[in-house]
Amino acid sequence: MGEILLQLNNISVVYSNVIQVLKGVSLSVARGHIVSLLGSNGAGKTTTLKAISGLLKPENGEVTDGDIIFNGVNIQNQAPEFITRQGIIQVLEGRQPFKYLTIEENLRVGTATRPGKPYKEDLEMVYHYFPALVKRKKALAGYCSGGELQMLVIGRALMAHPQLLMLDEPSLGLAPLVVQEIFRIIKKINEEHATTIVLVEQNANMALQVAHYGYVMENGKIVMEGTAQELSDNPDVKEFYLGMAASGIAKSYKDVKSYRRRKRWL
Amino acid sequence: MDFFLQLLVNGVCVGLLYGISAMGFVMIFKASSVLNFAHGELLAMGAFFFLSLATWGKIPVAAAFVLTLAGCFLLGFLIEKFFLRPLIGEKLIFVIMLTVGLAAMFKGLILLVWGGNLHTYPEFLPASLELHLGSITIVPVYSATLVISVAFLVLFGLFFKKSSQGIFMRSVADNQKAALSLGVHVRRVFALSWAIAAMVACMSGIVLGIINGVNVHDLSAIGMKVFPVVILGGLDSIGGAIIGGIIIGLLETFTGGYLSPSLRDVVPYIALVFILMVKPYGLFGLVEIERV
Repeated sequence: MGEILLQLNNISVVYSNVIQVLKGVSLSVARGHIVSLLGSNGAGKTTTLKAISGLLKPENGEVTDGDIIFNGVNIQNQAPEFITRQGIIQVLEGRQPFKYLTIEENLRVGTATRPGKPYKEDLEMVYHYFPALVKRKKALAGYCSGGELQMLVIGRALMAHPQLLMLDEPSLGLAPLVVQEIFRIIKKINEEHATTIVLVEQNANMALQVAHYGYVMENGKIVMEGTAQELSDNPDVKEFYLGMAASGIAKSYKDVKSYRRRKRWL
Repeated sequence: MDFFLQLLVNGVCVGLLYGISAMGFVMIFKASSVLNFAHGELLAMGAFFFLSLATWGKIPVAAAFVLTLAGCFLLGFLIEKFFLRPLIGEKLIFVIMLTVGLAAMFKGLILLVWGGNLHTYPEFLPASLELHLGSITIVPVYSATLVISVAFLVLFGLFFKKSSQGIFMRSVADNQKAALSLGVHVRRVFALSWAIAAMVACMSGIVLGIINGVNVHDLSAIGMKVFPVVILGGLDSIGGAIIGGIIIGLLETFTGGYLSPSLRDVVPYIALVFILMVKPYGLFGLVEIERV
């Protein structure tokens, strides 16, 4: 692994002072890599992203233990204004456009980390990656389709020149062809801009196709990690996240239990 | 007919003023969902600042006007910083009750410093502002109102549509979480919306002071007219605030002209009740865009 851009050391996150969601998560992201974070609903993937981007606070969450180091700077429990200016931008789950702003105005909000600086070239760059947005640029975001909105919010994040782009479920609720298109562009952004990407996905198959490295989360812990190839080849990942039983038929419950037992050790 | 046209013109002028004043109120509501019950007192503050500077400080009128606006901008900023910021994250009702407290405080301050009497500005508007359109006459104070209101409207339109800061403010009103995730300085946006709201309130306070004379009770009561205006226009629509303002202004002048001057403060509220029965979100309230 190359130079480490982001390092999480044993972090715990507690919501409202009582609900512990992350229980000692450690992971590292190498500069220039796409790292995907897999896991079922409620595993703590989104919470991990929010712990990094500082968006826990509005939801009454707090990093109670451990530290998060980005580029040598300690960023746990910092305000989002500070963290975004360090170069970390999170694209929220469920797209979250500014519905009453036009596409172009939405993109301009992406320049909030460097107000007053020129942004025309960046707009061109976003339109280059997402040509579908060009003819919609005067339309209110609230009236655009899901695919257009996903492109919009990724583009909006690119306007901020992120060093680390965190995407939370970009495939959510999109048609398979659109999902493929979006992943193709994610890969392209990573290659052309050397933007490091953390990708949270339910669609493990797509995620592992573009990622260099991956982590599997369950119940607020990392239960498995490895290169994308290692994870794709792992029988448990195949079984539980890629939907392919080794024998082609559903395994018996006894074998499933062996996975559960195994997990307890990790 | 002439009487009708005369009332129409006066109504539009006063209405625009109400609309602009209500715009400040809507801005705070949109950015932070806070109803500012101290709006009327901010309006009175503006009128009294201007009174002190122009009449007693003997500063030239134009300079006094600009100084008052700048002072009110600062006042709004400070209110946010010292009174509202500590309450961020608390229940909204506490914040709204705080603005009720602020209203009482400002009213007390004004009574303490300037007293409860009626003051008037000296005549300073040049008579050349008097316009004659056919048989109707627009007196200087109304034509000045018209000019200032339209200038403010254009200025704010440009600010919100074109400038980055204006777009950031709208983004916070639209989706605060997404704005935070992109690094928009949300607290700064709150501060700015209070500053701008205080500034437009002061501006309308000055002009209303020229029309009606400066008295703390009257001015703060007029300030509360933002409620029928914004509810009529839709609480979250800046354009609606302007149109709501014009409707209320027209209703008032027509009632005052044709029915009875003592009814002019009542009829707008009666109309309000009827309109809300038909359109509960106000005439221009945003209909939630459901498609996601």
